[in-house]
Amino acid sequence: MSNYRLKLDKNRCIHCKACEVHCKSKNNTPIGIKLGVHTSSLPVMKDGKPFMKASYQCCYHCEDPACVDVCPTEAMKRRESDGIVYVIQDECIGCEACIEACPWHIPTFNKETNTVLKCDFCMDRVDAGLKPACVTACTTHALSFTEK
Amino acid sequence: MATDKSVYSVCGMCSVRCPILVEKRDGEAAWIQGNPHSALKGGLCARGAAGIALEKDPERPATPLIRVGARGEGKWREASWDEALDYVADKLKAITAEHGNRSVLWSDRGGPFVDLHQAFMRGIGSPNYCNHDASCARNVQHAAQSVLGMGRKMVSYDFRNAKHIILQTRNILEAINVAECNAVMDALGKGCKLSVIDIRANVSASKADNFFMVRPGTDYAFNLAVINELVTKKLYQAAYVEKYVGGMEELTAFIAPYTAAWAAEETGIPAERIVAFAQELAEAAPNVIWHPGWMVARYNDSFNVCRTAYIINALLGSVGVKGGLPLVNTPKDVGKKGLTKLVDLFPKPEEKRADGVGWKHPQFDGGPGLVNLAYDAIATGDPYPIKAYLCFRHDPLMAMPDPEAQKKKWENLDLLVSITFSWSDTAWHSDVVLPMSTYLSRESILASKSGPKPQFFVRHRAMQPTLNTKADWEILCGLAARLAGSHPGMERLAFKSIEEIWDYQLQNTGLTMQDFAAKGFVELVEAPVVREVESFPTPSGKLEMDSGKWGKAGIDTLKPYVSPAKPQQGMFRIAFGRVGVHTQGHTVNNPLLHEQMPENVAWINTSRAEELGIADGDLVEVLSGGKPAGTMRAFVTECIHPEALFMVHGFGHKLPVESRAIGKGVADQELMAGGLEVWDRSGGGLSLQEHFVAIRKA
Ligand code: SF4
Ligand code: SF4
Ligand code: SF4
Repeated sequence: MSNYRLKLDKNRCIHCKACEVHCKSKNNTPIGIKLGVHTSSLPVMKDGKPFMKASYQCCYHCEDPACVDVCPTEAMKRRESDGIVYVIQDECIGCEACIEACPWHIPTFNKETNTVLKCDFCMDRVDAGLKPACVTACTTHALSFTEK
Repeated sequence: MATDKSVYSVCGMCSVRCPILVEKRDGEAAWIQGNPHSALKGGLCARGAAGIALEKDPERPATPLIRVGARGEGKWREASWDEALDYVADKLKAITAEHGNRSVLWSDRGGPFVDLHQAFMRGIGSPNYCNHDASCARNVQHAAQSVLGMGRKMVSYDFRNAKHIILQTRNILEAINVAECNAVMDALGKGCKLSVIDIRANVSASKADNFFMVRPGTDYAFNLAVINELVTKKLYQAAYVEKYVGGMEELTAFIAPYTAAWAAEETGIPAERIVAFAQELAEAAPNVIWHPGWMVARYNDSFNVCRTAYIINALLGSVGVKGGLPLVNTPKDVGKKGLTKLVDLFPKPEEKRADGVGWKHPQFDGGPGLVNLAYDAIATGDPYPIKAYLCFRHDPLMAMPDPEAQKKKWENLDLLVSITFSWSDTAWHSDVVLPMSTYLSRESILASKSGPKPQFFVRHRAMQPTLNTKADWEILCGLAARLAGSHPGMERLAFKSIEEIWDYQLQNTGLTMQDFAAKGFVELVEAPVVREVESFPTPSGKLEMDSGKWGKAGIDTLKPYVSPAKPQQGMFRIAFGRVGVHTQGHTVNNPLLHEQMPENVAWINTSRAEELGIADGDLVEVLSGGKPAGTMRAFVTECIHPEALFMVHGFGHKLPVESRAIGKGVADQELMAGGLEVWDRSGGGLSLQEHFVAIRKA
């Protein structure tokens, strides 16, 4: 795993989906592609009380990432300094090997550019001392990003 | 890519107007977050996050348009700005010359920037400034005036210090105000209790300690029983009531029959739950906030639902108190000068309002009127003809019931203009469309916000418009310049730059625009000020359990309860509401928000769905007045009362210019035949949930 931990406080989450939209807006991802996915559903009754589940998933930034291992062009990289796994767009040939290799099929194929896209914890923001877009702007600050 | 300086501004996606920080790259807005210096601390909802997608969406009115076909036919000719403004100004000149200045009607969505609009209407010389509130918060506004003697916004909600928050007609976690959501979540984190009274389990209900799924239309019964418990068991704050509350005897006599056992029959909530709930409220008093409601244009007794909410707050001693509903401060309250008002450029028109507010309906608040009643003046010429209607960022055909009836009432108009940043049914039906820049590519006039720490704030332009659009001030000042000859004095509003307007507003405040540079807003005091209440601005000086002002107008404010109609066999009461990713229809075509939620679904109780042979996910046809009104997917759930059919408002778009939204879901306002005539006579709000529909498997 990377040096960072992105966590959702389910009690604070209001299922507003701003995390997804902030990620999309900041990273300019095409319609249909989400780097960060918030899972919730309409409520269900559980023991006479309404209940909604909440989870937020992006890339796990694995310690020993399968996606990096299989990448033929070394476009998929793991950053030594902090363990962030990221794709260099210019070097990606869109072979989709990383998608196959990732146990959760996290990377997604972008038809517009024929390359693969993936959460990089908003590296540019992290390098500027900021938090990822989804965390900074989560409506109720239910998402946190901490160094382990 | 070069990162430019970020811009502090104000969101414009919904009516809340959150403070934002817009990050820029290469001269364009690149990412938006909540203003980190504000209570938002960077947080911003999904709609706010999607603002740049709105600016970049070419499916907006791209240039001024003048109608060439019949109204609503969608045949336009493109015009330059000069031509379009000349056209509107010439029409206004001709109409006012023939029918008088009062023949012009305006409606908008209210909010902090309306001073400019009101000034424009005064410059024309018409008293007929309205906003959308007849289909929103009029009932709660009037309820506040009848109990507290002041408007609803003169008290705030101190959620952070509350011990029990009660939400009724306020879905606080889905009709999102980012600062309020954070305050509520902070309070819950500290152990504050949450109770939700609704016909449906929404997101707010999913966080609640108590969820009361009441029978639709029985909120008043529920509240009366809570009052009965508080009064008969002496659970109220006696010292507070002694000092601040008037009319306890009348109230005590009135609520006698409305026991918890009685309310159980009406609401479907067991009596022992109501009894226990009243006890919990008493334990948390005075740090209780029973929210009086936001969008309360719902039932024929919504005014009394809101009134009883205020009455309960009064009994629990929370009005004017920390951890309850403290009084807000205006600049004056903290010893500062307010912004100089643009309306003060002109004298107040002496004419009576066309909607009858202030004379036919003396108890109602004159400010934004009741626009639906002004439509009657268009149709009948009584009390005088209305011939021109300017809709500013307001889509009555989507916001108010029965669009076909509205169009009929508008037939006598000689001019219908939409000033709008997005397509809307009303814009499509207009004679002229004046496309306004999005909030990212326009500035606004300075605005002030009352609160514990009153402040002034500013919306800056974060980028230049991508389409041929103009800022609101450019449009109105442009019209003012053209009307100067026919409407003497109008030249005073013909400002040439936003800086001129800002300087005008700031005169006497001792502030300059430099003072806004650091945070985007200026706070007028360092620390929140909790003002001690001496007396309330009611005729009696007390919180009025029975309102003298309403009594004078012949309206009973301790109104006997009337049981709501039960839907007939096979029918449902129509109910609608909000969801976090959309707001009022104009976001449904936004690429990013459409991706989140492309259509609305019909919430149907499991037992009713079984009866009708409808399974979750089935396509159902909704029938209004026996006629098919559209199809949508069913969401079959225990989370809605069996008498109601719920859908999210704002769907069912039909305009060919909105490729994403067209043909998705059903429009609730089309299910309210005759709905313009169904309104609460004591509160002024429309009764949008007093309508019934049928459904069948499609
Ligand atoms: S933005 Fe925050 S509160 Fe909203 S859904 Fe995402 S994690 Fe939950
Ligand atoms: S893409 Fe998959 S394999 Fe690669 S780091 Fe992320 S979670 Fe691990
Ligand atoms: S860390 Fe950045 S890229 Fe990853 S989900 Fe959050 S906003 Fe998106």
